[in-house]
Amino acid sequence: MDILINILAMTVPFSVALLLASLGEMFNQRAGVFNLGCEGVMAIGAFIGMLIPFMIGGGGQVPLYWNVVGLVVASLVGAIFGLFFGVVCVSFRAPQGIAGIGLQMFGVGIAGTLFRHFVGGTQSIPGLPSAPIPFLSKIPVLGEILFSHNIMVYLSFLFVPVAYYILFKTSWGLKVRAVGTHPRAADSMGINVNRTRYEALMVGGALAGLAGAYLSICQAKMFSDELIAGRGFIAVALVYFGHWNPVQIMLGALLFSLTQTIQYNVQGLGLSLPYEFFVMLPYVVVVIVLSFTSRNQRTAPTALGKSFNREIRT
Amino acid sequence: MNNNFKLLYKLSIIIIAILATLIISSAILLVLGANVPKTFYTICIMPLTKMGHLTEVLIRAIPLCVIALGVSIAYRSGIINIGAEGQMAIGVLSFTAIALSFPELPKPILLPFALLMSVLGGALWGFIPGILKAKLNVSELLSTVMLNYIAAQFYSFCLRIVMLDPAEKVNGSGTPQSMRLTSNIELTRLAGRLHTGIFIALVLAVLVYLLMWKTTYGFKMRASGAQSRAARYGGINVTWYVIFSMILSGAFAGLAGGMEIAGVHRRAIEGVTNNYGFSAVVVALFGGLHPAGIVPASFFFALLIYGATLAPRAVNVPANIVQVMQGLIIIVIVTTQMVLSNAYLEDKVYRMIVKNKKEVK
Amino acid sequence: MENKIKSLSMEHVVKRFPGVLACDDICLNVEEGEILALVGENGAGKTTLMNVLMGIYQQDEGKILINGQEVRFRGPEDAFKIGLGMVHQQYMLVPNMSVVENVALGYKKAWKKLKLDLNMVREQVIEVSKHYGLAVNPDAYIWQLSVGEQQRVELVKTLCLGAKFLILDEPTSALTPQETDELIELLKNMKNELSIIFISHKLNEVKALSDNVTILRHGKVVFSGLTKDYTSAQIATLMTGHEVKLPENKEEDLHGSPALEIKELCVKSDMGFLALNNLNLTINSGEIVGLAGVSGNGQRELAEAINGLRGVESGEINFFSVDLANKSSHYVISQGMGYIPEERNIEGIVPSFSIKENLILKDYEDEKFAKYHFLKNKAIVENADKLIEDYDVRCPGLLTSAGSLSGGNIQKVILAREMTRKPKFLIAVYPTRGLDLGAIEFIHRELLRIRREGIGILLISEELDEIINLSDRVAVIYKGQIQKVLPHTEANRRSLGILMAGVKDEQ
Repeated sequence: MDILINILAMTVPFSVALLLASLGEMFNQRAGVFNLGCEGVMAIGAFIGMLIPFMIGGGGQVPLYWNVVGLVVASLVGAIFGLFFGVVCVSFRAPQGIAGIGLQMFGVGIAGTLFRHFVGGTQSIPGLPSAPIPFLSKIPVLGEILFSHNIMVYLSFLFVPVAYYILFKTSWGLKVRAVGTHPRAADSMGINVNRTRYEALMVGGALAGLAGAYLSICQAKMFSDELIAGRGFIAVALVYFGHWNPVQIMLGALLFSLTQTIQYNVQGLGLSLPYEFFVMLPYVVVVIVLSFTSRNQRTAPTALGKSFNREIRT
Repeated sequence: MNNNFKLLYKLSIIIIAILATLIISSAILLVLGANVPKTFYTICIMPLTKMGHLTEVLIRAIPLCVIALGVSIAYRSGIINIGAEGQMAIGVLSFTAIALSFPELPKPILLPFALLMSVLGGALWGFIPGILKAKLNVSELLSTVMLNYIAAQFYSFCLRIVMLDPAEKVNGSGTPQSMRLTSNIELTRLAGRLHTGIFIALVLAVLVYLLMWKTTYGFKMRASGAQSRAARYGGINVTWYVIFSMILSGAFAGLAGGMEIAGVHRRAIEGVTNNYGFSAVVVALFGGLHPAGIVPASFFFALLIYGATLAPRAVNVPANIVQVMQGLIIIVIVTTQMVLSNAYLEDKVYRMIVKNKKEVK
Repeated sequence: MENKIKSLSMEHVVKRFPGVLACDDICLNVEEGEILALVGENGAGKTTLMNVLMGIYQQDEGKILINGQEVRFRGPEDAFKIGLGMVHQQYMLVPNMSVVENVALGYKKAWKKLKLDLNMVREQVIEVSKHYGLAVNPDAYIWQLSVGEQQRVELVKTLCLGAKFLILDEPTSALTPQETDELIELLKNMKNELSIIFISHKLNEVKALSDNVTILRHGKVVFSGLTKDYTSAQIATLMTGHEVKLPENKEEDLHGSPALEIKELCVKSDMGFLALNNLNLTINSGEIVGLAGVSGNGQRELAEAINGLRGVESGEINFFSVDLANKSSHYVISQGMGYIPEERNIEGIVPSFSIKENLILKDYEDEKFAKYHFLKNKAIVENADKLIEDYDVRCPGLLTSAGSLSGGNIQKVILAREMTRKPKFLIAVYPTRGLDLGAIEFIHRELLRIRREGIGILLISEELDEIINLSDRVAVIYKGQIQKVLPHTEANRRSLGILMAGVKDEQ
């Protein structure tokens, strides 16, 4: 029983990076652009997030706000990469799939290069402390699972209803949804399709950068080439089977993190398979879920993946 | 608008693209505090100066070429294969499994047999995303990436446990690798570590050209990949050709893996795939998805990859810089293709020039 | 505060696209309370001109004057502010949003800082709907509405956004004759409050509704005048520059035996409901059967099901005694079925392939063109040379990519390819959509020639005139069933219009 609580308690913070990245990707996919470079942006966010506290404290304790600065700067840089991707795919109308792969390679490469040059080796940082909620964390079982984490975890899950509100109750969300479903109609109403897509990509990039920084500052408390481990791609896949809906995406993120946390609790579960099979598990689950959910995607933003050109005469 | 203008226009766009790549790369190098001209020299020129370097470049060109040929077949058939890493790894495992199981067979039988198994292994790993895309509409971009991770774990497992060198168990240096394979699986070496696989690569290039442009199969595959429904409406079984092209693509990657073991390493080791799977995608794009372009492109990128390994010692630049450049090149290539095909822009530029000429007169 | 638009002028407007001069020095003028018809063949520049007027395109030269003042539209929102509103030919409605949300997209007053005030928009929709007599359900989702209802939504939307000047692009292309009459009445009533420009190539509407008519040909204004002074025939002549005489089917009955027998066919649409509901139809060899009906009643699904591109739930498709239901497209082609698909650019040709490759798109396995699976380039080139000449395909050469040809020439390539295969039957879906009269004439002549050779033809079209002119018999499709099949002596706009609207028997 203890092991179960342990697994669930680990799943919640483990899902934050995936949650944030997917919510970001949800915004830009709703606007019609899918960004496979998410993994690369996360890598850069992770590196920058770790770099700032490291530069200040050299691996030792730093005042809390430097971690926050790290998170914020990583988001800003992520937004810039979202902007860059916008230039390539929205203004130049390059094919989104392959351009995304290019961005991923670029991002991962830059993160690795700068890391080796400015930091090198396996340096760790103390990161963000745990912040159990005073009264709620004492509740048996639930208290440990839900209320005994660092502040970023609470904020990230609180972002889910915020994202829902933005998408469905604000004029910006209306624009985003229109632009991703029927850009020509939005254009005829005077909405700047390309600008809305840029905005969505910047939001997506910011969230991906933040997700990466979360991984390096709050979760692993270090940076390495293997840190992101495909989460950026999983985030893109998550948007598909979360049906572009914040709540379903959150559930999907929790599910996938569960498959990842099992890997760390193997002994406790009494399973004796080689550890590689557990590391494989999340990726296998992604493939299986994709197989079942890709067929009838009626909820997809209809204009997803297609560039918009007002001058093309139909 | 005459042909001279069109040619000049296209040429200037390409030159701007190349300059943009160089400028951005230089900017990054400056951030690293590196000596920009010396870095470019190290990466691009230095490997050409010594025979020892040159053979190392050619060794890397071989898998790049073979895998890129496979990637281009799939790309032209409408499916993007970024799963070559995984397909290559499975190919290596298949080759090693045969080599370890039948060490007594004579070379003329064992070597082709083992290479064939590497082909089949890669083909299987390519078949999976192919059929998922064709029948279940699963994005190949996502499934191949996942399969890469899965294959990598499986590879690690095999090396660490199933195929582990008995000597390792005894001496215990902890390196996951297979036993040194018997000499009857070796591709003969020509100079340095360069092996006869280079001929295989060149022959494959010719075969791919014939297949795609001279046979009915290639016709059908290219029609299927052409972003229109006409192939299906014309009676071509697009579903089958999507799968078929992924099987071929995976087969090529698997073969590349087998050849790496047979020619270069002679045992299954960690890191054998060396990111070739991703680099091959850039090579394929850079080579215009055509064998005539892929062969020189694989040499060029092999040069960059090897040159980058010299960079840390020569100019204090991490080898990862090559990945940065590859990503940048992909982005620049696809962007440039869009600009070149933008007839509206061409028209506008032409008019501006004509107007200016009139005003000057 | 927006003032009434007393006059609107476009002066010397020029708009270019790559290789095409879409608008060449166009001038037009509309005064208060007038209805102007903008007329011309496909490709004459009418829609482009209106897009310039709405700020969607920027003109290369020339100016737009409202009430005597020059205006520059940087985008549609500037046009909206002045009071222009446009209902496009393809409706600009987001399908998975409600009517209110669609109107809200343009209703900037409701865009408060942190919240979208949908109630404000809903009230406006209801008010406008009442005032003009346009019944709409504000909370319905667009995908739930019929074509006629969607058009009403488009009208309500433009009026909600403050339109004092309406532009309508081919407003009746998707309506039955009866719905068309209703719309014309509605627009006549609106004349008191708004001026209207409408684009059409249907001359009876032009005569019924407009005060003035301006005719465009190849981007130029060729005529401008009072509608009442000219007959439809005269306008048609001015439109094309020569006497319009499309070929008519005056052939004798060939008494062919049944070629295609469709029995109780049930086919699902992409959305999951039944697009074809126990459809029955028989077509004989040597006859042209026209399928009339408003687009979206199952025509696409029928053509796809016959050609092996869509599965069949139940029923038979008997083609010379062979059942084609649920067979592959390859099989259907091998049985001798010819097919001119609806969207020639993406279904009929592979745009990036050359003309010579497109001409063998179905024949590459033939021993004429391939030996041991290797393509015989010489034979392919000879074939292309011959067909390009026979069918007068205007192109720089047989290596040109087919996608760069004009619509009429693409259709010729498709026709050439289908006919040289000597099909036993031909299905032609909207074969002349978007083509100019010269190309239309060519296609019609070809269809009649094919009929003379004893080949049966199923002609699916939305142009009633085309169907009435060419068909031996006319079948009307409505909600996936054949309402009735009329011999061509009884087929006219009225009788077909009633059937197209779903009325089975006019007793």
